[in-house]
Amino acid sequence: MPDEEPARDAGPGTSRRPPGALEAEVMDVLRAAGAPLSPGQVRERLAARQLEELSYSTVVTIVSRLHAKGLLERERTGRAFAYRPVDDASLAASQMSQALQAGTDHGAVLGRFVSGLSGRDARLLRRLLGEDEDQPG
Amino acid sequence: MNALVYLPLLVPVLAAAAARPLAARLEPRLATCLLTATTVALAAFSTAALALMTASVLARSPLLAALGDYSQPVLRRGDPVPALAGMAAALLLTAAAVAVAVVIRARARALAESYRRAASMAPGGRVVVVPGHSIEAYALPGSPGRIVVSGRLLDVLNDRGRAALLAHEHAHLAGRHHLFTTVAHLAAAANPLLLPVARAVDYTVERWADERAAAITGDRRLVASTIGRVALLATPRPTRLRAAALGITGTRVRPVSLAWAGPVPRRVAALLDPPPRRQLALLAIVAILILTAGVSAAEAARDLHALLEFAQAAR
Repeated sequence: MPDEEPARDAGPGTSRRPPGALEAEVMDVLRAAGAPLSPGQVRERLAARQLEELSYSTVVTIVSRLHAKGLLERERTGRAFAYRPVDDASLAASQMSQALQAGTDHGAVLGRFVSGLSGRDARLLRRLLGEDEDQPG
Repeated sequence: MNALVYLPLLVPVLAAAAARPLAARLEPRLATCLLTATTVALAAFSTAALALMTASVLARSPLLAALGDYSQPVLRRGDPVPALAGMAAALLLTAAAVAVAVVIRARARALAESYRRAASMAPGGRVVVVPGHSIEAYALPGSPGRIVVSGRLLDVLNDRGRAALLAHEHAHLAGRHHLFTTVAHLAAAANPLLLPVARAVDYTVERWADERAAAITGDRRLVASTIGRVALLATPRPTRLRAAALGITGTRVRPVSLAWAGPVPRRVAALLDPPPRRQLALLAIVAILILTAGVSAAEAARDLHALLEFAQAAR
């Protein structure tokens, strides 16, 4: 297995692993790290876990994909990015907010503080609140 | 079976017309319970009426007449429901069953998703702050339920505004408001004429939470101004509002027509008015509507039963 050809192209999965397993491993490494890691550091730690040797570009592909999914945050350190997991609470909340904005049925069970305003409603609201009188609060 | 069978199908039209005025005038908690019960009762009665019409037409088939040992011609003569109406009823009944199944599925998924997300959030904290620039706050039903607020929204509110916001969202969770809206929308799936009533329930649970927030903070104007301010800030179009607190110390400008207004201005207006009281006359109207539908459905069922027995005796 160590002599197995590592994926050089964009495909992160090698033949023995189900799709998504590598992503889960990478997430696991980043969660365990407790600090942002560069793709190179992620690759070293994956190797230390006795996983198959992954190419640098494969690791970059995986973390980029996780970042695009909103699972990782990144910051620039020198020439490379360092990645860290988005914490679960804000991840769950921001995904829920996306669901709300997409207008899916998921929003139906949520008690939102305010719903959207039409232009007419906004004008009406300003009148109700007496904004026209322009009194500072 | 006489023409009373059509009545349960028509009463939802009256209920739909009455829903918004009722939601505006009744005390919100009572309005929520009453309107939710109304949707359930009227959906049940109209479904029963459709089932009776379908049954009365099916009963005319020679096969069923032979099986049930009753006289087909007697049945035909005694039943005013035209075959076409019976077939339409059968179609509507099928459509209602499909619609209810679809809504049950969608709501169950939404609830499961909500519980899953609420459970995935850090233990202990009831309030979860989302980073980012959105103006957003909502109650996430779960075990325990969570209140999700964007960091920016917390930044733009002062302590009292935050207290009003959290009291409102907490009231949603404590009162299990999502169950009322879910039940009402399920009923409206069975009979789409009830959709305005289900939407009225969406509105009255917001009013219920607003009134709870007003009771907890002891300041109706505070809750009104917080809702108004947050809604204006959350509207995508840039507003001319100052970031500073929006004063509502001025007297209310009358008249403001709320006839076609969306829920937010109506909620704010209701909070600027004195608290609503129980109104027995309105309750009586709703009770009469429900009774009319129920009694006519029961009467139609009794009629069909009697007719079948008569047709059996004529055999």
